[in-house]
Amino acid sequence: METLLKLSDVGYSYHTLKGETKALENISFEVEKGDFVAIVGPSGCGKSTLLSMLARLIEPEEGTIELAQPSIGYMLQKDHLFEWRTVYENVILGLEIQNKKTPENLARVDEMLKTYGLYQFKKARPSELSGGMRQRAALIRTLALQPEILLLDEPFSALDYQTRLSVGDDIATIIKNEKKTAILVTHDLSEAISIGKRIIVLSKRPGTVKKEIRVVFRDEFGRERNDYTPMQARNAPEFHEYFNLIWKELNENGA
Amino acid sequence: MEHNNSTKQQLFLDEHYRQKRKINFFRIIIVVIFVGLWEVSTRYGWIDAFVYSSPSRIIKCFVDMLKGGNIFRHIGVTLYETLVSFLLVNGLGIVIAIILWRRLSLAQICEPYLVVLNSLPKSALAPLLIVWLGNNMRTIIVAAVSVAVFGTIISIYTGFIGTSAEKIKLIYTLGGTKRDALFKVIIPSTIPLIISTMKVNIGLSLVGVIIGEFLAANEGLGYLIIYGTQVFKLDMVMMSIIVLCVISGLLYKVINILQKKYSNY
Repeated sequence: METLLKLSDVGYSYHTLKGETKALENISFEVEKGDFVAIVGPSGCGKSTLLSMLARLIEPEEGTIELAQPSIGYMLQKDHLFEWRTVYENVILGLEIQNKKTPENLARVDEMLKTYGLYQFKKARPSELSGGMRQRAALIRTLALQPEILLLDEPFSALDYQTRLSVGDDIATIIKNEKKTAILVTHDLSEAISIGKRIIVLSKRPGTVKKEIRVVFRDEFGRERNDYTPMQARNAPEFHEYFNLIWKELNENGA
Repeated sequence: MEHNNSTKQQLFLDEHYRQKRKINFFRIIIVVIFVGLWEVSTRYGWIDAFVYSSPSRIIKCFVDMLKGGNIFRHIGVTLYETLVSFLLVNGLGIVIAIILWRRLSLAQICEPYLVVLNSLPKSALAPLLIVWLGNNMRTIIVAAVSVAVFGTIISIYTGFIGTSAEKIKLIYTLGGTKRDALFKVIIPSTIPLIISTMKVNIGLSLVGVIIGEFLAANEGLGYLIIYGTQVFKLDMVMMSIIVLCVISGLLYKVINILQKKYSNY
């Protein structure tokens, strides 16, 4: 497997007049092509800071981040679709910014809009879309730039529970279809287990890697299954084992 | 929506339109009563028509000036000065707000000066402007711009820096620059604020122009008011005031239409 991303001893602190707050410390892990890594941890453990560093929005204060391919797509907590643009204009925002509105790229966007059921809403305003559709539009906006690695910063946290489950399913399937590598940050354990293939547990602030867990589901014949949708994963017997394992990990010498 | 003419829906609609008619009725009746009382009280000599004028005298004055053709020149001059000031205020306000947003430390340095200039009563500057710039239209426009421009800079700049940090972050995650953030997020999301600032500015520009015309003009409605008072032609003063009311109402209406168009932001 090809390693796309390598973090070595990454650390970051926030500076205010009141003093220095260490957000992250000694973070090291690798991400391989095609991997789906879920990062969980208590709130305030620096998960979003970590993603911002991976996206090169901020530079790490300590350590290094090596990227095999520089193209990174970042999906924020909210969809942030702009109401003053149509759905289509929102989706091509990235292409517009990077001057990449080539016929091929636009054709690919059209293709994705068709595949993911948004084509007839091209000219609609974002407010006319349901929560799930908005999230899909936001994902297509990210995918339009053909990123090698996708960063997902609690992209479902703004949705109600019902929508959240189906959108999680949706998005995970899309990412799998498009054969992307993804890093998902969440504080929702079930989300991490059902979507992630590998889970990285962070400790409380300053966040450090406490544990890395590979999530493997097996069917009744003992065969490894990696084609489960998040919904199927939630019903698998192993799901609860993983849940308890991570729960314990998070609560140990915490709280 | 065509099949919901149930009785309840019909009742709701009836009630809605009844309420609307009631409001319009009272709006009109207030004017009618006011104008009527004014006219009657001058006719019966309860108040002095020479000092307080009267609706009929105002109309006569307007018709006379209409025949002379003068009134259009005065209205035109005031309108022209108001629109030029209005455009300058908004243009300068937006451009300076952008510069301040690009140079954050410049904004911090300028802040106390802007606050002081904004709260300074600009009519205090008008006499100085006459001395500096002369007795001409330029003085009037500068006076009018000075009335509104500082407040405009402050409120638009505040709107700019109040733009959701997450929306700006989105632009950066898509590989955008500060310039993209400005044109793709900050300005579009501030348009409702800019329009409501414009709404205030149209009134302020008119105020500024009238202040200017009081001091440094030989045409325009402000000049007519001052001239009318000096020669005791109060009909002319009242007429000018009413024309001003109509102008400000119309200008406000135009901005309102603009605001409706962008209200879906």
